[in-house]
Amino acid sequence: MLMGLRNYIDKIKPNFEQGGKFAKFHSTFEAFETFLYTPNRVTTSGAHIRDAVDMKRSLIYVVFALIPCFLFGTWNIGYQHFLSLGEDVTFWQTVGYGLIKIIPLYLVSYIVGLTIEFTFAEIRHEDVNEGYFVTGFLIPLIMPVDVPLWMLAIAVAFAVIIGKEVFGGSGMNVVNPALLARAFLFFSYPSKMTGDNVWIAGKADAYSGATPLGTIFNGGTINDLPSLMDMFVGTIPGSVGETSKIAILIGGIFLILTGIASLRIIISTFVGAIAMSLLISDVPFYYHLLMGGFMFGTFFMATDPVTAAQTNIGKLIYGFLIGAVAILIRVANPGYPEGMMLAILLLNVFAPLIDWCVVECNIYKRKKRWAAERRTK
Amino acid sequence: MDKIKIRKGLNIRLNGEPTKQLECFEPTFCALKPTDFIGVLPKMDVAEGDAVKAGSVLFHDKNHEQIVFTSPISGKVKSIVRGEKRAILRVVVESDGKNESIDFGSVVNPIEKMLRSGVWPMLRQRPYATIANPADKPKHIFVSIFDTAPLAPDYDYIIENQYDALTAGINVLSKLTDGNVYISVTTNSSCKDAINRVSTGIHNVVITEFSGPHPAGNIGTQINALSPINKGEVVWYCYPQDVITIGNLFLTGKYDSTRIIAMTGSAVKNPHYYKTRIGADITPILNIEENSRVISGNVLTGTNITNDNFLCFHDSQVTVIPEGNKYKLFGWLKPIFKRYSDTNTNGDTRPYIMTGQFERVFPFDIYPMQLIKACLIKDIDLMEELGIYEVDAEDFALCEVIDQSKTPIQQIIREGLEFIRKETC
Repeated sequence: MLMGLRNYIDKIKPNFEQGGKFAKFHSTFEAFETFLYTPNRVTTSGAHIRDAVDMKRSLIYVVFALIPCFLFGTWNIGYQHFLSLGEDVTFWQTVGYGLIKIIPLYLVSYIVGLTIEFTFAEIRHEDVNEGYFVTGFLIPLIMPVDVPLWMLAIAVAFAVIIGKEVFGGSGMNVVNPALLARAFLFFSYPSKMTGDNVWIAGKADAYSGATPLGTIFNGGTINDLPSLMDMFVGTIPGSVGETSKIAILIGGIFLILTGIASLRIIISTFVGAIAMSLLISDVPFYYHLLMGGFMFGTFFMATDPVTAAQTNIGKLIYGFLIGAVAILIRVANPGYPEGMMLAILLLNVFAPLIDWCVVECNIYKRKKRWAAERRTK
Repeated sequence: MDKIKIRKGLNIRLNGEPTKQLECFEPTFCALKPTDFIGVLPKMDVAEGDAVKAGSVLFHDKNHEQIVFTSPISGKVKSIVRGEKRAILRVVVESDGKNESIDFGSVVNPIEKMLRSGVWPMLRQRPYATIANPADKPKHIFVSIFDTAPLAPDYDYIIENQYDALTAGINVLSKLTDGNVYISVTTNSSCKDAINRVSTGIHNVVITEFSGPHPAGNIGTQINALSPINKGEVVWYCYPQDVITIGNLFLTGKYDSTRIIAMTGSAVKNPHYYKTRIGADITPILNIEENSRVISGNVLTGTNITNDNFLCFHDSQVTVIPEGNKYKLFGWLKPIFKRYSDTNTNGDTRPYIMTGQFERVFPFDIYPMQLIKACLIKDIDLMEELGIYEVDAEDFALCEVIDQSKTPIQQIIREGLEFIRKETC
């Protein structure tokens, strides 16, 4: 059967090559072919061997790492919904409700995003990049679950086209496309993105749906917050993926072990956040680490290698500033409770500057050595 | 003796280590390939059918007329193989079995002697990895007496009985520079003491002990650790067996093209050492499996010689590994058991996405990704500032192997270097 599949692919392949009748869909064909089979291509220049890891594998690992967040988030959608209604339901009813809510978000995210990706790949006669598999998986996890689908569609289109494709596609973008999608909605439709009424699907009106950050923002103290344990396990209102710190840690540790997420960025982000909250916040620092999207942003957004700083020293500075700025925004800004998204987007923009400074130091050191050598001659 | 530990790098383990067993193989055909030498424009000095001796000029470099390339064996010129645009690919000499050589004993000037006998091209320079220019005075000369590349030959074993020639060779090198001759050995090397002994009495020989993973044995790593190249400087380097050949020339007056090679790799049956000649046609001793790739050199920087089977000029190793020209169903999802089994690229070319990976295997005070990108955009000022003169393509081999974007990094660096060389020289 499998040989039959390979033979079939080889048979239809010429139709998609240059001059074939479906040459227009070359990139699409190739995307599906390489999804099924890793190519038989061998090395032609330089080293004769190549590591077994490629971009497809790395990026699919990121999706794997997000699955605990996805599973818990799906359950939590149902849990929060029925909790607000005061109904007692079974585990499967809870999950079922969550799935009914989350699957449409995923359909919209992938259909809109991938259509744009494939179209651009065909126009540019390039291979389809795997980057959107990650972005598309992230977007529903960082949205309020009741976000209208048409809004999501616009946000995805904006993020992919303006955030990524205009710069040249995967690997060339300045800011994280998933966060850009969220930021786009955040500023365009604030009433659907913030406040106490958006975080629980089909919430009963009388029930308070405030997130821990929202509570603090509205003048609450830590006595008004859910227990630390609840915030750690994740049975609190919030974006789909961000609530369970356990799920985030499972995925995050997997990413660190596989070498995909930078430990430098993660640690320095924590250090930055702790330092800033000790400095300016009345809320103990460990609350800040557990509230809102801090952990999710640290492990899955700040570590995006394309938009983070690229040099090792730069990564430390970049992470530290993300942590510090996120807490600064949370504490000092009067407009909205969460600061992680804006902190990461801000530092995404500054990452090239940080790298420039780091590399410039290296250049300066080299020039100094040249000069010293010339003097001794 | 100074000790330097290289901390970054990667030892790639492959099957097919050579056993310490030496077999003599006197080749019927030897070839010299102009393509082994960067920047050489060959001009033929012989025609097909001409009789030659070991040391007879086959061709010379149009840009440097005094740099000649000589026959490794005596016999007659069998063929001059040309490729696209009539570029000379190789000059094949058929052995007459007599092994007669020209006597260069009467040539007094050492540089003259090396040039005329054809051993000069063994000396190469950094930057650019071109043949050393006899008019230059190099800042230093570097020789690495160990190799950390995958399945690399054991130089302790190769030079075991050749210390006289090695000493003579080091002596010659020490006269070619006003600076030092840096000789690098590795911690567990059995030749450490012997090297120490042979070089006592030569005032400018400095022996350094290196340890750590590949590329600790690479000349580029050692130059960088000992005396990084600044803009405008030139250093020379050569391999241990080149030093022996140079030594023999000065001891006997003759060009002795003997070369011990390690036949290695998972597709080789009974991998071991051979005593053969520079440029030998190794077809008779290739005892290998079907559908495999024959590489002159190691898997990181070697040349694919599957089509001609002639050793390349500088190499002391042959590696044969299976070709990876097979499709793998959901190959990108399968668990990884063997990271480096064959020549498959294991994926398609992508933009650079991952960061911080090259830095783990790149023991230079240089930002590898930034330098690669500077080479891609051909910005000479930026390349210089980022340290292009301190590296060569082979220093990026490990980056290329682990690159998840599957880009031809060595080629990119080589093209960057060649661009500068052509613009500035």
